[in-house]
Amino acid sequence: MTQETNKPVTSVSSATSGGDVMGVAVILGIGLLYSLFAAARASDPLMQFHSFIFLAAFVAAGFALIVHVSNPKPKSQSGYEYGVVKAGVIASMFWGIAGFLVGVVIAFQLAFPDLLYFENLPWTNFGRLRPLHTSAVIFAFGGNVLIATSFYVVQRTCRARLAGGLAPWFVFWGYNLFVVIAATGYLIGVTQSREYAEPEWYADIWLTIVWVVYLLVFLGTIWKRKEPHIYVANWFYLSFIVTIAMLHIVNNLAMPVSLTGSKSYSLFAGVQDALTQWWYGHNAVGFFLTTGFLGIMYYFIPKRAERPVFSYRLSIVHFWSLIFIYIWAGPHHLHYTALPEWAQTLGMTFSIMLWMPSWGGMINGLMTLSGAWDKLRTDPVIRMLVVSVAFYGMSTFEGPLMSIRAVNALSHYTDWTIGHVHSGALGWVAYISFGAIYCLVPWLWKRESLYSKAMVEWHFWISTIGIVLYITSMWVSGIMQGLMWRATNEFGFLEHSFVETVAAMHPYYIIRACGGTLFLIGALIMAYNLYRTIRGDVRDPEYQSALAPFRGMTPAAAE
Amino acid sequence: MYETLAQFAQTWGLIMFVVAFVLVLVYALAPGNRKKFESARRIPLEEEEDDRVGK
Repeated sequence: MTQETNKPVTSVSSATSGGDVMGVAVILGIGLLYSLFAAARASDPLMQFHSFIFLAAFVAAGFALIVHVSNPKPKSQSGYEYGVVKAGVIASMFWGIAGFLVGVVIAFQLAFPDLLYFENLPWTNFGRLRPLHTSAVIFAFGGNVLIATSFYVVQRTCRARLAGGLAPWFVFWGYNLFVVIAATGYLIGVTQSREYAEPEWYADIWLTIVWVVYLLVFLGTIWKRKEPHIYVANWFYLSFIVTIAMLHIVNNLAMPVSLTGSKSYSLFAGVQDALTQWWYGHNAVGFFLTTGFLGIMYYFIPKRAERPVFSYRLSIVHFWSLIFIYIWAGPHHLHYTALPEWAQTLGMTFSIMLWMPSWGGMINGLMTLSGAWDKLRTDPVIRMLVVSVAFYGMSTFEGPLMSIRAVNALSHYTDWTIGHVHSGALGWVAYISFGAIYCLVPWLWKRESLYSKAMVEWHFWISTIGIVLYITSMWVSGIMQGLMWRATNEFGFLEHSFVETVAAMHPYYIIRACGGTLFLIGALIMAYNLYRTIRGDVRDPEYQSALAPFRGMTPAAAE
Repeated sequence: MYETLAQFAQTWGLIMFVVAFVLVLVYALAPGNRKKFESARRIPLEEEEDDRVGK
């Protein structure tokens, strides 16, 4: 290991003059006292367990802070703060593999219901593992990717060191503490039953604190920028941070039963509750899984292709039209429900309007390659980035289509939805993240190249086959399921019983689980490749395209 | 309540969105901004590289 700089404790900037330490200390102190109180007076064992986790985290963070304060090492030589970006990259890979693994487990559970079914071990049940999977891949994997890349991109494009001294580290550790609380909570049975927002009130409050600090760090860095123009990637990141704060707070408005108990009740009820949840749920797709990752697209594709973005004007129109339209699309999740029909129509109309900004953005990303298409053949990393944009185009075409009420009548509640989500999640979100991480690791650890280009090729093809198996099996399964549900015989009676549809879907569930397994294998290959890259090993010395950004420069860390 | 909201959305809301979109188009397409966007476009490519590869 030649990890020379950027240990957490040495990376504080002199510019912050201790305010960051005070701020973190106050948050830790209050958190420590509260978790001690809650641990001692907990009104249920779930709350007690979580209080002890919080307590342990705050005590450990307190020690780290004391070590940091009492040990003023010389400042990092680098003008940029890369330590927290490195930590975010490692955390992304860790949570990614954990989340994909749980996904594979529950996919096999759906195909073989007896698998991992133990009467006395409720945490192995599909119902507990499913939110673990969704939150692990969206928030733990995706969230860490977004935090890491946003901290990298905002520094580079603003030509300013990350603001806030210790605050970015607080964001990183605080966010991952939230992830641990959420994940353990699902397993032991804590849930407020809100889609993609299952953690209870205390975890929500903690995430709110972390998120506000995240916003301040990001804005602070933009504030002290040396580059007069704010590059478009930063607008996308900023819209993601601001909108997620708003969505998180409103969706989680709730009254705890007791300040030392894990249960709370939402302030919303009935159809208002449903609409709030899907306003949140769909905008989690729009502003977490779309705008945040579009920020990655607008930085990493031009960077890797060594070409400026196709049209900066288009990126401006893309940004403003996307954020103004996306926020209205949520009601399309509630077709044929108690939601008034005009609201359903509104959600559907705005969803269809989204075709234009989505495809505008896709064209902008793809056409950035114009004149450099040969790189698709030679560089598997850029191929991954470009294929992710193609999947973005495909799933943003499919989504509005499924939001049309007549199509939704067939697709809703079927596996088609699951296939659609995964073409977006695996094809777009995960691939753009993998591409960005493949770029970032050699840059951050100052390596000449990745350990092995051939392994990137293997990763690319194995996981692409996995995605194709996944989404095609779910198309067939979902459309078949929808058609079987609505089929009637000549007397007007339903043609099929429910269990017949389940039996018919069985083969497709096995195909889906195999597709997911391939995707997981690809990610494991990637993790190994990155581990060896960080160690400084090179397997294919002829691999030159990772050197693209460094051409003509002296390689430093070659071993 | 619904009548009022719907009335507002169908008039002022619509006007506000159209005006906002036109403003975005004006900003993006204004000939005066061409040079600014041309340089903004190159921001990721024109960072100093020296701190990226070791010292």
